Amino acid sequence: MSSLLQELPQLLPWLVILPLFWALFSLALGVLYRHWIAGVFIFLLLATNLILIGQWLLLGDLYYSLGDWDVPLGIQLRLDGVALAMVTVTSLVTAACSLHASTYLDDYPRAQQYFWPLLAFTWASLNVIWLSADLFNLYVGLELLGLSAVGLVALTGQTEALGAALRYLYAALLGSLAYLLGVALIYSGYGQLDLPALSGLLESDASTRLALALMTLGLLLKTAIFPLHIWLPPAHGKALPPVSALLSALVVKASFYILVRLWLEAGLQVVVPSAAQFMGALGAGAVFWGGWMAWRQTELKMLVAYSTVAQLGYLMLIFPLMVGVSPTAAQLAWEGGWLQLIAHALAKAAMFLAAGNLVLAMRRPDIIGLHGVGRFLPFSLLGFGLAGVSIMGLPPSGGFMAKWLLLQSALASGQWWWLLVLAGGSALSAVYIFKVYQQCYIEDTEVDNFRHPSLLLDLSSITLALLALSLGIFSAWPQALLATALSGGGV
Amino acid sequence: MNTFFIYALTGGLLSSLGLLGFILHRHLLRRLMAFNLMGSGCFLILTGLSQSHQGVDAVPQALVLTGIVVAVSATALALVLIRRWYHLTGQTSLPEDVQSLEKTSSKEAQG
Repeated sequence: MSSLLQELPQLLPWLVILPLFWALFSLALGVLYRHWIAGVFIFLLLATNLILIGQWLLLGDLYYSLGDWDVPLGIQLRLDGVALAMVTVTSLVTAACSLHASTYLDDYPRAQQYFWPLLAFTWASLNVIWLSADLFNLYVGLELLGLSAVGLVALTGQTEALGAALRYLYAALLGSLAYLLGVALIYSGYGQLDLPALSGLLESDASTRLALALMTLGLLLKTAIFPLHIWLPPAHGKALPPVSALLSALVVKASFYILVRLWLEAGLQVVVPSAAQFMGALGAGAVFWGGWMAWRQTELKMLVAYSTVAQLGYLMLIFPLMVGVSPTAAQLAWEGGWLQLIAHALAKAAMFLAAGNLVLAMRRPDIIGLHGVGRFLPFSLLGFGLAGVSIMGLPPSGGFMAKWLLLQSALASGQWWWLLVLAGGSALSAVYIFKVYQQCYIEDTEVDNFRHPSLLLDLSSITLALLALSLGIFSAWPQALLATALSGGGV
Repeated sequence: MNTFFIYALTGGLLSSLGLLGFILHRHLLRRLMAFNLMGSGCFLILTGLSQSHQGVDAVPQALVLTGIVVAVSATALALVLIRRWYHLTGQTSLPEDVQSLEKTSSKEAQG
């Protein structure tokens, strides 16, 4: 088995090539055989992913130079522990969303034609971002991702979705230009765009600081970190449920991933603790504002979308908890931060899919329509309930483990003020999630007026929610995987 | 101070102008054009700044070529969306406040 894995050709580029082929095929064939094509390509991608996990365990970090051109001129793909975790989560979440969409889209015949190619493009660009270690390649990945995500939001072609898509597109374009300006400044200063190569080179002069600030600004706008989050709730709340799940779970994480690579891999010598504290403060703002706004929403999917704004705030705590602290605290924060990203990806995808099913069942978007769901549709509610456990950070979920690690890191580095953010944020998320539960168990009618969603829709959501829960129980594996990618062990 | 630096400076000026237009205008087409102006400024900076060090460098030109392709596709997508938006709503700009609708509806629910 192990010799077989070693002799296999390098499969890294196929993570990008396969979804691109899928996109072309489904674009050419339209709605014909769309489920068969999707099934075949998802199977191939999952198989590639499994083989790569085996190869990584056997050989360590994998590298692939496209067209055999080496780094200064060519583009290198790199699979380290974090990238492997992201690739795997992407496969799981996208596969579940595809399963959901294959049934859900039956009601939207016009959307079907473009959903599958755009989904495949999104998958390809996500994999490009996880595997790239080159600032310009990351820019191309970001732009591809932005364009396909905007297309997905606009899929229904209705007024609300269209307005949200336009707002999203303009924010994304502004963000990528700010990022590109930063890239220009870095290239002019160092003649180099490769992240590992830059990590030793960067000096803290004015132009490097300006470049980093511009890139950070662009990436914060794309990640929708408070106060640059205005575009996110309508875009995620008004899109079709499988699209919302994909956007909230993965697409916003891509720019955050680049931000972490930029700050904690390339820019370690340049980044100062006060800047990291400022990033943490933005995160705290996101946690509280997002939680408050989520509680105030009357539409179920908008509540879930604002919850994403809040949960993204926790991710920002990785910066103050890792810059200028002891190696132990830094390692805890590193594992906690990534675990929060993975747990949120799984739980939020599950929650959006479940919210979509509930909206489908009650035939209206607002939370008041949920009355009686607890009695007539317990199975549809189960996905939402289980996902909520992880979002609130209750044990034994992945969300709990992530927050626990962040908490321990904050204690280890003596930054008690982040404890308040973690505790307050969890309390707020409990408040808005119980607001939904409460409405589900109010019974003001004895009649079952609900449309019962098909089993496949409920199952795709419940599977993801169970994965998010088990992430907490089996968190030792992902933690070990993530720890391997920590450069230098501390800051 | 050489020719290339003047290019970069012009690029900076164009980007700032574009950014100003992007923020000040509400008309979707004007904002799109402002974005394109900003993009061109970025490209000028990218080519101009890095040339000043070691003669002619081909890498930034290749990068800019990719950037132009990306900008063209983004513009095309935006135009399609804007056209559809205009057909549906008859408006040339997005509503000022995202939350205006939701705020009123949540007030009604609470009251």
